[in-house]
Amino acid sequence: MIRELEERLKELEGKEKNLRLLRIKRRRIISKYGSKLIPYDRVQLARHEKRPKAKDFIENIIVEPMFFHGDRLFADDKSIIGGIGYLEDIPVTFIGTNKGRTLEENVKYNFGMPKPEGYRKALRLMKQAEKFNRPIITFIDTPGAYPGVDAEERGQGEAIARNILEMSRLEVPIISVFTGEGGSGGALALSVANRIIMMENSIFSILSPEGFATILWRDGSRYREATEVMKLTSRELYDYNIVDRVIEEDISFSLKDFENNFLRLKRAIVEELDGLMEKTSHELVLERQDKYRKIGGEL
Amino acid sequence: MEQKAKKGRSIISIIKNLRRFRKPSIRAVVPERLFEKCDGCGELVSKSSVEKRLFTCPECDYHFNISAKARMDMLLDEYTVINRLPRFTNPIDFPGYKVKYRENRKKSGLKEGILGVEGYIEGIRLVAVSLDNSFFMGSMGSYIGEEVARAFEYAGKRDLPILVFSTSGGARMQEGIFSLMQMAKTSIAVDRYGETRNLYISCMTHPTTGGVTASFASLGDVILAEPGALIGFAGARVIKETIKGELPKGFQRAEFLRDRGFLDDIVHREHMRDYIHRLLKLHGYRSCRI
Ligand SMILES: [Zn+2]
Repeated sequence: MIRELEERLKELEGKEKNLRLLRIKRRRIISKYGSKLIPYDRVQLARHEKRPKAKDFIENIIVEPMFFHGDRLFADDKSIIGGIGYLEDIPVTFIGTNKGRTLEENVKYNFGMPKPEGYRKALRLMKQAEKFNRPIITFIDTPGAYPGVDAEERGQGEAIARNILEMSRLEVPIISVFTGEGGSGGALALSVANRIIMMENSIFSILSPEGFATILWRDGSRYREATEVMKLTSRELYDYNIVDRVIEEDISFSLKDFENNFLRLKRAIVEELDGLMEKTSHELVLERQDKYRKIGGEL
Repeated sequence: MEQKAKKGRSIISIIKNLRRFRKPSIRAVVPERLFEKCDGCGELVSKSSVEKRLFTCPECDYHFNISAKARMDMLLDEYTVINRLPRFTNPIDFPGYKVKYRENRKKSGLKEGILGVEGYIEGIRLVAVSLDNSFFMGSMGSYIGEEVARAFEYAGKRDLPILVFSTSGGARMQEGIFSLMQMAKTSIAVDRYGETRNLYISCMTHPTTGGVTASFASLGDVILAEPGALIGFAGARVIKETIKGELPKGFQRAEFLRDRGFLDDIVHREHMRDYIHRLLKLHGYRSCRI
């Protein structure tokens, strides 16, 4: 359905030259499709090559971002981008898992799949944030941690575990934003946060639908079916209290049309941060840890 | 090394100890036959000789899969179970989970894939936890995550050391995001336990993968493994598909991990009790016996 919607919008853009009418007709088409979206469509939107990537989110929300490199141990993982900048007038540390739009870019960014050096780079930047009392904002769009020989050799499991533990005890506010895909421990390792915000058309799951179908039914081609039962959409996760906030989205297939979405997200981050910055470091850690301690504990 | 394991001093104490314990249960490990084919070397080995060596092969030292209960029986002087009884929950209303859950209970004879106890090693009081991969492959769902967290809290409150044996196929897929969140819950429990300055010994056994590797199992003050245990985050098949090539020899085995800096030591099952006893003593824990 997403391809169909995209086609129709493209067709309209070719035909309708009156800008005002174009906007109205666009909205009409999008709302017609938007109300019928099934989880699989959301997955497609979350992964869409034209959807803004973490770098776009950062550049549209953080003022004057400075990007830093390296984990000080082994390498600079290009799938993790991070640094410092302003959120309005507040200095913050930002971290993102980056994907590319083209194959070439995707190879460079390893399709948004970090290796241990990526998680350790993120942790280094987060520790730095704590030292200088800067809030942390993470932007997540990753299929998961990279399943490769080198990643295992350098301790993928240890790197993820360490990030989860260390993030849980950082004495500064942490807000995590799911911008596209959020898969497995690889996403969790960057999202142990005080507040989790999901873009309406982002997903967050234990594993990719393909991987899920392979493990559960030994048939990766049943991924569509998997999306129906995995409960991976923003609304479902909101209802489970896993996610604190969902940012309504205008469906769009270009950076320009995404502007309002960025604006809404930015407003939400600022609002959440205002609240969090009034808390003591002790409260921040306690509340964050307690939140995760309670999930699935009503047994 | 292996020769020493057979003839060393510790084996005598282990056999002596064995007599004192209840006999380890041999459920699903060595069937009711006199001989058993070893998965490690393919040799036919006598059941009694395997049992005497705490379910390791007399020919090749292969470590047979054992239940959580057998693990406690061979390790502890005596113990009491501290787990709560599991109640089935289906957090994301996953179709068919209940049926699958019942099947696993029937097949394994277990209520869930974890056993948590309070017990003694040479009179030293401790908390011990073991996953059991005969139930749902030891996959971590909400119950296991909760029980792991509670065991750490139980130990922390009483100033006791904790010993955790992992074996897990990873996440309990049927519990979706709730399964994933157990990684955070258990890691946070480790962190809070750490504040009490007590000792957490993690021992990874065959196989330990996925979310368990990427949470509490990798966060021990001392991290051990049994020889030959498969330990990793991503599954070997997925990695093979991703890299479109062969995996190096010994990939994701305990020895491979030790050589790359992720394990403190590899400990033969026959030495485990002794090893842990020494660790406990070195950390100032004393026997309660007079
Ligand atoms: Zn053998």
